[in-house]
Amino acid sequence: MAIPISYNIRNLWTRRLTTVLTLSGMALVVFVFAAILMLANGLQKTLIETGSYDNVVILRKGASTEVVSGVGRDQASVVETQPEIAIGSEGRALLSKELVVLVNLTKKGSGSPTNVTIRGIDAQSLSLRPQVKLAEGRLPRWGSSEVMVGSSLVRRFSGVTLNETFRYGTRDWKIVGIFDAGNTGFSSEMWGDADQLMQAFRRSGYSSLIFRLRDSSEFEKVKSRIESDPRLTLEAKRETRYYAEQSEMMAKFLRILGISLTIIFSLGAIIGAMVTMYSAVANRTAEIGTLRALGFRRRSILVAFLIESLFLGLLGGIVGLFFASFMQWITISTVNFQTFAELAFSFSLSYDIVYKGLAFALIMGFVGGVLPAFKAARMKIVDALRAS
Amino acid sequence: MTLQEKNPIVEIKDVSKSYRRGSYTVPVLEGISFDIAEGEFLALMGPSGSGKTTLLNLIAGIDRVDNGSIRVGGVEITTLSEMELAQWRATHIGFIFQFYNLIPVLTAFENVELPLHLTTLSKKDRREHALMALRLVNLDHRIGHYPGQLSGGEQQRVAIARAIITDPTLLVADEPTGDLDRVSAEEVLDLVGRLNSDLGKTIIMVTHDPRAAARARQLKHLEKGLLNDAHS
Amino acid sequence: MLILKILFKNAFRNKLRTILTLLGITIAILAFGLLRTVIAAWYAGVEASSATRLVTRNSISIIFPLPLFYRDRIRQTSGVKMVSYGTWFGGVYIDEKNFFPNFAVDPQSFLDLYPEFLISPSDKDAFLKDRKGFVAGRKLIERFGWKIGDIVTLKGTIFLGEWDFVLRGIYRGRDKGTDETQFFFHWDYLNEGLKKRMTFHPWVDQVGYYMIGVTRPEVGASVAASIDDASKNSLAETLTETEKAFQQGFVAMTGAIITAIKVVSFVVIVIILAVVANTMAMTTRERIGEYAVLKTLGFGRGHIAGLIFGESFVITMMGCGLGIAATFPAAQLFGHTLGAYFPIFHVEPKTLYFDLLAAVAVAGCAGIIPTMRAIQIRIADGLRRIG
Repeated sequence: MAIPISYNIRNLWTRRLTTVLTLSGMALVVFVFAAILMLANGLQKTLIETGSYDNVVILRKGASTEVVSGVGRDQASVVETQPEIAIGSEGRALLSKELVVLVNLTKKGSGSPTNVTIRGIDAQSLSLRPQVKLAEGRLPRWGSSEVMVGSSLVRRFSGVTLNETFRYGTRDWKIVGIFDAGNTGFSSEMWGDADQLMQAFRRSGYSSLIFRLRDSSEFEKVKSRIESDPRLTLEAKRETRYYAEQSEMMAKFLRILGISLTIIFSLGAIIGAMVTMYSAVANRTAEIGTLRALGFRRRSILVAFLIESLFLGLLGGIVGLFFASFMQWITISTVNFQTFAELAFSFSLSYDIVYKGLAFALIMGFVGGVLPAFKAARMKIVDALRAS
Repeated sequence: MTLQEKNPIVEIKDVSKSYRRGSYTVPVLEGISFDIAEGEFLALMGPSGSGKTTLLNLIAGIDRVDNGSIRVGGVEITTLSEMELAQWRATHIGFIFQFYNLIPVLTAFENVELPLHLTTLSKKDRREHALMALRLVNLDHRIGHYPGQLSGGEQQRVAIARAIITDPTLLVADEPTGDLDRVSAEEVLDLVGRLNSDLGKTIIMVTHDPRAAARARQLKHLEKGLLNDAHS
Repeated sequence: MLILKILFKNAFRNKLRTILTLLGITIAILAFGLLRTVIAAWYAGVEASSATRLVTRNSISIIFPLPLFYRDRIRQTSGVKMVSYGTWFGGVYIDEKNFFPNFAVDPQSFLDLYPEFLISPSDKDAFLKDRKGFVAGRKLIERFGWKIGDIVTLKGTIFLGEWDFVLRGIYRGRDKGTDETQFFFHWDYLNEGLKKRMTFHPWVDQVGYYMIGVTRPEVGASVAASIDDASKNSLAETLTETEKAFQQGFVAMTGAIITAIKVVSFVVIVIILAVVANTMAMTTRERIGEYAVLKTLGFGRGHIAGLIFGESFVITMMGCGLGIAATFPAAQLFGHTLGAYFPIFHVEPKTLYFDLLAAVAVAGCAGIIPTMRAIQIRIADGLRRIG
């Protein structure tokens, strides 16, 4: 037979200051917990969405990113002949040969230089990346020193607005267009003609090849053929997997740092809850005795106090998640540990994170309340009544 | 039929109880034996430390004897388990404390209703019973008030309503007028008296107050753990 | 001191509550200290910079090389005492998880330019003589259990293929902040290797960066300007900056994350504040009657305030002390686990000062409202609360 819930809720309300303080501690912990998971999630989401499942990325064997990869022209020709490559609208193989290098751009605000990706593309590149859409201006002309810039770069870096010119490799490059690639890594890139970029940066080979599979299930077949070809020193990956791998190091770092911090913080919040609940038990000793005298069992007392601290945890969790959800407005702009290049991504809330956050909050409430609840339940009736 | 001939509702045989204080034991009750008849109104009196509250606690089932037997309504309560005792108390005992011991966060109505949560009555039935009990103590106009908003006398009356709501076998009162002014004390004692005379409730009351004792029909003195009889 | 004794005894009147509060403070100070240490670790490279060293790299970005023939020109620039050069090799030892920094350098000039890398003369000799040899820091040796003469193979990620090296020397860091996890070998070995493996490798006779030692720190800016001017309009324009600025550039790239960590470290302080404030509020509420009694005895507001703040300080400082003590072993553990990311992970004195400052601030703030309540209570009201 249970003590009515209104008893618990009203008790929390009566000692408002203490309830709010304890609840805030837990909310803060859940906020940090959720924010960090959201950050790692946002990072991975951005990178995974950057790739298409049916696209294949060809890199030099052992190269972890396009920047350190080199694919010679003759190797590119061999790959181009693979039958599994889809045919584009003009009857040509849907394969692009791209060059990826890093250049320094100055960040707005801090004024410090950061590595930014410039991607040399060819005619097929845009068809292979349907996520990329021209937002302002026009596409760069082939054979010219024109580039277009991702919307994220325009927001965060100086010197990259429409029609501005910057200088690299003894050439002046003019920004003729701004493209929007949504929440993907491409938004933090600059795109220009691969041949022009190769000349300017004195590269003899490409960085990577991207092609669309005509039939997604044929991936393994073409992969093993390319990787076992003695003329080639290449490896093939699905584009989604390639980008997913790029987020691993940083996501792992964020998660380790985040989880260990959260555990430490949660200990603080749990202690706060314990202090509060012990105090509640101490203040309500006479009540406990009365309830027991009236016939409520030890178990009911235990459950009642547990419910109170669980409720504190739950409220704290909801408040923490509520505020964490606002973090989704914030975008982080940093260099990805793995690619060494600028990447912008935001906090991303998922159902999984909400469940984890609430579960965590409830666990904190439970751990904080369990010992005091046992103390309340174990009291002898006469001792409790004598305290009044 | 005289009171003596009515069935004893409480049978106490050879009950002893001591408390441990640090390293030595203090005997509080030694070999107490007596019976209480149904419908009795008994006042237990005696100096501080005489063990009267202890005796009350033992009869009400909120403390355990060291030796002896206590039968209430034919049930040997000294051999009941913790859980059985709780269940037994819920239906057989009504408590009235010196400091009322109302739950501060529940309204008068909810305080009175509280013991019924231990039964299987429906919400509607609980409500009816609670209202009836409150009407009995003349507080049906204050049912939505919290204990903090009631005077001492009103709080005690709510406590009395709570005590009788399960129609218990026994009402135990520990210094019910101890914290009340003269007028409220009189009101409460009137009420308690009526519970006995009109509703036939068996009442055991521990008290210092001679005015309270005067309302009782039987008096027992406890001194140093031993019983003395006195008739009022 | 009698006062201290009273405050101490008062604090422990409710043992459980005080112990819990102490635990909470300890944990929070520990977390705060760890976070500050993580931030300091991020700046380790910056702190280890020398004021008399400059770094020259390709102005487009660090991934582009500079020609080897720049060396002579740079050495002849006025104000330059020494020139060395190197290339980031980025090799992998067995697994990517085993990350450590590895470079190809010009051995003699590099060791001259970096006196904080202490190496025995015999090791140095052996290294200079063996083109295939490499030198590694003490921490790296311990991590992998290498011994002099061992052959270590690195898998190139930038420079394709498997590259063998022989351990010829071990260096120790002269200063506490010197990175002892580095691995460097002969630039010549890389260069010859590239010539052999590919008919035309773009990095043949190219270096990743130049390291320059200047005569005095004050000439740094002008030397940098001279070097950069000389390469203007060439195919490989240079950007020269102080070593400190160069290192800071790296830190700034992940600036957003550092800011986030700084913010979080302050959140911790807020959490302890909530815990301590909660405790002091409860404690004071319980003792209101006592304070009233003290007032009747003639103790004034100052005394009451002193008692409350005093207790707040005693608890908070004890917790701070425990937290600081716990920070050192925790930092060790942390440093081990995240060793790949942070080669230097020391608890700095600055961090400890911050700890104390935070604790004092919390103790003060937590005591304010309870003290105000206690001071304002009227004696009669207070006394009523006792009985």
